[in-house]
Amino acid sequence: MTKNLRVKSSEFIDETSRISFKFDGKTYYGFKGDTLASALLANNVHLIGRSFKYHRPRGIMTSGSEEPNAIVQINPNSNITEPNARATEIEIYEGLEASSQNCWPSVNFDIGGINNFLAPFLPAGFYYKTFMWPKSFWEKYEFFIRHSAGLGKSPTTKDPDIYDHRNIHCDVLVVGAGISGILAAKNAAKNNYKTLLLDEKNELGGSIIFETNENKKINNTFSSEWLKKEISELKNIKNLEIKTRTSVAAYHQYNYLLARENLTDHLEKKDKKNKIRQRLLKIRAKKVILATGALERPLVFNNNDRPGIMLSSAVKKYSDFYGVACGVKNIFFTNNDTAYESALSLHNKGIKVDAIIDIRENSDAKIIKKINDAGIKIYWSHTIVDTSGYKRLSDVSIMKLSNDGMSVTGSKTSISCDCLGIAGGWTPAVHLYTQSGNKLTFDEDRNVFVPKADNSAQICVGSCGGDFELDEIIKNLSNKLKNFLNISQTDFEDISLENDKETSKRNIWLLPSDKPNGKTKPFVDYQNDATAKDIKLALREGFRSIEHVKRYTTTGMGTDQGKLGNMHALGIIADTAGVKMGELGTTTFRPPYTPLTFGTIVGRNVGEFFDTFRRTPMNDWHIKNKAEFENVGQWKRAWYYPINDETMHQAVQRESKAARKSAGILDASTLGKIDIQGSDASEFLNRVYTNAWSKLAIGKCRYGLMLNEDGMVFDDGVTTRLGENHYIMTTTTGGAANVLSKLEDYLQTEWPELDVYLTSVTDHFATASLCGPNSKKILNKIIPELDLSDENFPHMSFKEVTIDKIKCRIMRISFTGEQSYEINVPASFGEAIWEKCIEAGKEFDITPYGTETMHLLRAEKGFIIVGQDTDGTMTPIDLQMDWIVSKKKYDFIGKRSLYRSDTMKEDRKQLVGLLTEDPNIVLEEGAQIVSELNQKPVEMLGHVTSSYFSPNLNKSIALAVVKDGKNMMGRKLFVPMENKNISVTVANTVFYDEKNERLNASL
Amino acid sequence: MFLINCPYCGERDQQEFKAGGEAHIERPKQPTELSDDQWAEYLFMRKNIKGVQFERWNHAHGCRKWFNMARDTSNDEIKAIYKMGEKPPPQ
Ligand SMILES: [Zn+2]
Repeated sequence: MTKNLRVKSSEFIDETSRISFKFDGKTYYGFKGDTLASALLANNVHLIGRSFKYHRPRGIMTSGSEEPNAIVQINPNSNITEPNARATEIEIYEGLEASSQNCWPSVNFDIGGINNFLAPFLPAGFYYKTFMWPKSFWEKYEFFIRHSAGLGKSPTTKDPDIYDHRNIHCDVLVVGAGISGILAAKNAAKNNYKTLLLDEKNELGGSIIFETNENKKINNTFSSEWLKKEISELKNIKNLEIKTRTSVAAYHQYNYLLARENLTDHLEKKDKKNKIRQRLLKIRAKKVILATGALERPLVFNNNDRPGIMLSSAVKKYSDFYGVACGVKNIFFTNNDTAYESALSLHNKGIKVDAIIDIRENSDAKIIKKINDAGIKIYWSHTIVDTSGYKRLSDVSIMKLSNDGMSVTGSKTSISCDCLGIAGGWTPAVHLYTQSGNKLTFDEDRNVFVPKADNSAQICVGSCGGDFELDEIIKNLSNKLKNFLNISQTDFEDISLENDKETSKRNIWLLPSDKPNGKTKPFVDYQNDATAKDIKLALREGFRSIEHVKRYTTTGMGTDQGKLGNMHALGIIADTAGVKMGELGTTTFRPPYTPLTFGTIVGRNVGEFFDTFRRTPMNDWHIKNKAEFENVGQWKRAWYYPINDETMHQAVQRESKAARKSAGILDASTLGKIDIQGSDASEFLNRVYTNAWSKLAIGKCRYGLMLNEDGMVFDDGVTTRLGENHYIMTTTTGGAANVLSKLEDYLQTEWPELDVYLTSVTDHFATASLCGPNSKKILNKIIPELDLSDENFPHMSFKEVTIDKIKCRIMRISFTGEQSYEINVPASFGEAIWEKCIEAGKEFDITPYGTETMHLLRAEKGFIIVGQDTDGTMTPIDLQMDWIVSKKKYDFIGKRSLYRSDTMKEDRKQLVGLLTEDPNIVLEEGAQIVSELNQKPVEMLGHVTSSYFSPNLNKSIALAVVKDGKNMMGRKLFVPMENKNISVTVANTVFYDEKNERLNASL
Repeated sequence: MFLINCPYCGERDQQEFKAGGEAHIERPKQPTELSDDQWAEYLFMRKNIKGVQFERWNHAHGCRKWFNMARDTSNDEIKAIYKMGEKPPPQ
């Protein structure tokens, strides 16, 4: 099998640089310019992998990104291996290692191949049927299915490569650098459009670049020669950027396209190092020209999937571009003239072609004469009824087609061959076009879906636009460009063209065999092993919509999205169901056109760049003092400060006790802060909070609750009146952005008449919150000149003072129930004021505490945390906070909803306290609450929202929402856990200092 | 991804914007005088048209201004963009 099939040197292959690579552990050689596919074919290796369901041997079918079969695992022995790479796209490099997929133990002997004989038991919808019925059936097959499902192996460690994103804005984007794309880009750029030309291959020129047939000439020379000259002129054109190895993955609305630029995959290991591997281009183009070409179709006949059966255009490309013969005994099977061009190419290169089997009755195209002259036998009106050769094609059997094309007649002839080029016509590559949201129309005459209409921002040109013959392509391209680019002429409109015309057509979606339907295997979707039989079965079982048939049979659902077989699937459905293909429509083409790596999608946003995070000005101090951190929104907040080997529980218990016994200090800088100014500021607050604000005196603070219009609690916080028309509002840490957005929304859209201005100042201030019975003494040390008496500076009031020439705002407010002062300073002085407090507090054993202790202390007081004790279904009444809802105010956001029949129900879930019978058991937050243990089904009354062991009360405390909780004071309920039922009693939400005496308690 | 012409900033990518639901739904001036059904109509009921729909949009990661958009939901064509308080242009 090591025969060298490199038949003729090619200008695209550098035979002076030999490259060694491994496939399935064996070393082979190829040349610079080869793909893995061309290099393997040159070594006469056709068997590349096994099919997904039946594990049938499969080979290389195509020469491009549409390849369904030849998908391989790269670096199979590494933990950063990559699955599902197409051998037809991988450029070989020294040291490349690849292996077959979907076979065990080896591609040559694959145990799963037994599925091929089990095929009658693996019909369309097999998986669905097995999932559905009967249950025991599924259990039997589960092991088997799990082991055979899926293609390739996933990598097991972190991707070490670098990926990047780039935004590009251009006037004209041209996708595809075949002859149409090149001429389009050249003319756009020459007319001062900033132009970007992309192609997925590493070479420009598409299929014309290797076209040396006499029947396609431009200006009396080979079309390839003419095109090479055009390409050589591109580099002198300003305004033109060209990117090869760049595949457009997605085409979204408003000409927004995503493309993957492959930068290092073709390089050997040492050259890949420290380079960006792939880059996602995010392109916004004013105009897009799609020149994506067309994909050749296979033919659907019995056993059409053996290694050695390839698209006729691929056989031509391997010969003309790579200089590789795909076989030594080549034949073609066709319904159009394409196969004749391929056959002629091979013949001209000295590769033997024995026969062409054509389903048409005849053709008088010029090329037929050339084939006859070459001595190649043509079998008109014939079809292949079967093929043989397990791991490599060895023979085909042909018979004469009946006039209606539905059956075969006469005797069978066998032709020996090792390569069969099949040509079923061409399908415009309209995938990107339809992704952009535009519609297709069906051309009944040519059996193709073509773009319905161009518009001022997008055109399809060349064979993507439905033009297949060179003269049509060039003529239509020139006219379209003049119109689209608003130019008076193109630089190629006067070229002379010579090309053969196709004169006859015959299309049969499913070719007949002498064997009865059902005994044959005509594959439609190679990668997913869907046959024409599966599609017919789906129709018999009642599926009608093309989208349903697709899912039921998995046709078109492989990594290739059925680029080859979709048209046949549609054709077979249309023929069987007796509808027109145009009425049937197509399935939806979805991005990405070819698979993308996760690396490309995430780019640089990995590790610490995965999300943005915010740190407070006191962050360094927290780190120095060994704080553990927790994420609150985007903030990194000090969670607790363990001393020595303290556990979290021990640290929190210590911090909680200290804050009530002497003094504690909390970094509260993360609270949202919104500066509110304007002559209508008071009226504005009246409308957004549930309580009254107009009478709040300057220098006073007030707690407020904000609702959504549906009456549910949205956010809370303390707002301080700094001046006549000036307030500072605080919000929850996580809610700050949403509160500002909501307030802006109301101001801009509902109440534009209000004179109010909002500014987010969260980042402008750092906040140190001093709390505990010694907090007054500590503050006194820091600002001796300020009268801290309860008369001059009572709870819920504010003072503006100067500490070390720095203006500070001090609010005497409390979230712990203790006497407490929040010192706000400009952010850059945050760490300084914090250290000043720590220093002043030393003699009082001031204890820094984190968010966990803050949560515990407020729970002791029954203060809610919006988002923890509420979940968007709690009204203030549900929270037993009736006191904060003004009865007098005519309106505020959410007021009307508090009087809806639903929100007024007595037995809604309401916030209550819970005490466990055993004071040492701490409930789990989120645990369910029930009243009856023996009832079935058990009714869930509610759940635990906050739960702690209180060191100050020396018992477990919890807050919970319970159905009709207000009427359940003292009731015994249960919290059922996995292995025990915990008895609890419904209690008041305030566990500590019910009379609020601590607020003024000083030591 | 849409390209949205903010009336204050000009053309920007959709990712800078936040959609804010149906436009031209005025908050009732006297909510207390509405029946539950009338209030529910304001609070919950929204159109979901195949065709031209009027929507609120906010340039959230830009000037933070709210504005209105007429968008054909069948093909995502943006027919018009106009400021808050302005009437939708005829067709
Ligand atoms: Zn803007």
